[in-house]
Amino acid sequence: MITNEAGQREKMKAGLECVLFVAGDPVSLYDLARAINSALPETEAALRDLQFSLAERGSGLQLIQIAEGWQLATRPEYGEVLGSWKMRGAGKLSRPALETLAIVAYRQPVTAPEIEMIRGVAAGGVLKTLQERNLIAEAGRKMAPGRPVLYVTTPDFLHYFALADLNDLPPLDEESALPVVPAALTADGAHLPEEVEKDGREE
Amino acid sequence: MPAPRQRSPLLPPGMPEFQLSAFQGPLDLLLQLIRANRVDIADIPISEITSQYLATLAQMEELNLAVAGEYLVMAATLLEIKSRMLLPRPAAIEGADETDPREELAERLREYERFQAVLEEMRMRESYLKTLGFRNPTDLEADYPIPPPSQPLPPLLLLRALQRILSEAGVSEKPLTTVVPRKRVSLRLKMAELLHRLEKAASEGVAFEELFIMPCSRYEIVITFLALLELLRLERVSAGQQEVYGQILIAAVPGGGEA
Repeated sequence: MITNEAGQREKMKAGLECVLFVAGDPVSLYDLARAINSALPETEAALRDLQFSLAERGSGLQLIQIAEGWQLATRPEYGEVLGSWKMRGAGKLSRPALETLAIVAYRQPVTAPEIEMIRGVAAGGVLKTLQERNLIAEAGRKMAPGRPVLYVTTPDFLHYFALADLNDLPPLDEESALPVVPAALTADGAHLPEEVEKDGREE
Repeated sequence: MPAPRQRSPLLPPGMPEFQLSAFQGPLDLLLQLIRANRVDIADIPISEITSQYLATLAQMEELNLAVAGEYLVMAATLLEIKSRMLLPRPAAIEGADETDPREELAERLREYERFQAVLEEMRMRESYLKTLGFRNPTDLEADYPIPPPSQPLPPLLLLRALQRILSEAGVSEKPLTTVVPRKRVSLRLKMAELLHRLEKAASEGVAFEELFIMPCSRYEIVITFLALLELLRLERVSAGQQEVYGQILIAAVPGGGEA
């Protein structure tokens, strides 16, 4: 009976390996569970098992949690092997692109003016580039003057930074994280006449 | 990020400490000046920082770099804060408005700095991913069908099957004149009949289509279907499929009646 159960487990692992191999892309836990006809917790346990076995036998492949799913990937140690076998796109994001992307990631859904308020520079061009790379997407418009477009990150964004999901982002130091108030230039100026008026009424 | 080495990088002769084109914007420049001067964001020596900021802009112009509008906006903001701090405040306002004119700028700088803090990790993650290889998804949809939905059959599929039977029986269109027949079979009777048939078929089960003996009336089909649903609800029979779009098999649940 015990050997039977162990055999069952091995079969689940092998089945998952098959699906992940053929899928190529990240596969959600739900879809994997359906594929091997098992419950979610058992599927997840089998995935962790598979992850461990791959590591244990020193495979060139690893199983990673990425972009809200599971995916087979090569091990980082063998990046060079791959690099010498095939030229890989090394294009990294520019600093403005990375800054803008970080703001979208933590503040989504967010509008261009809101991003501009944080970075202090125009965001239009960078947002367009990020959209072309499919790292961000439009998600409706904000009910605010001018109805500005709202931006959110995409699953490709999660994949690009090897994130399992948005909770996987490095924590942002949020103490005293108040929303940025637009220039309060007039706040003080408006105070003066108001006070004067009040004084006048009191008399 | 270019790291200034001098305490105050803006002494005119020693200026090339900054790579001017490397600034990401006025906030970035300001933040770097604040770091170079080693002062607290909450307590910016506004006069000193403003003159350094303006000197940097002047230098950018000297190098024929177009100074973008946003840098000038920040310069104006700095000068505005400086002038507000220079002006004596009327006593009446002192109590009412205690906010430091630098506070808003400090908050913007903090917010900007907050994001700077995570950039490094994002860069690391970016480089990490570039050391990994992935398979391109294999286009085998046609050869390898998606696994069939797990056992409990969605009600919609049963409904579709019913509609198919109804249309096969040609009872989808209503005749112009119709006779309302007396109920010949009750639901109870039909359930008993159905169960009897299924129990006879035992574990093999009966195909959904075979439950309906053609030709039969719409009433007959509906009452059979209702009987089937009732039996499913009572868990006396089960419905399943071997593959997607495959035949729906109905089987009696052994011992279902005793429970």
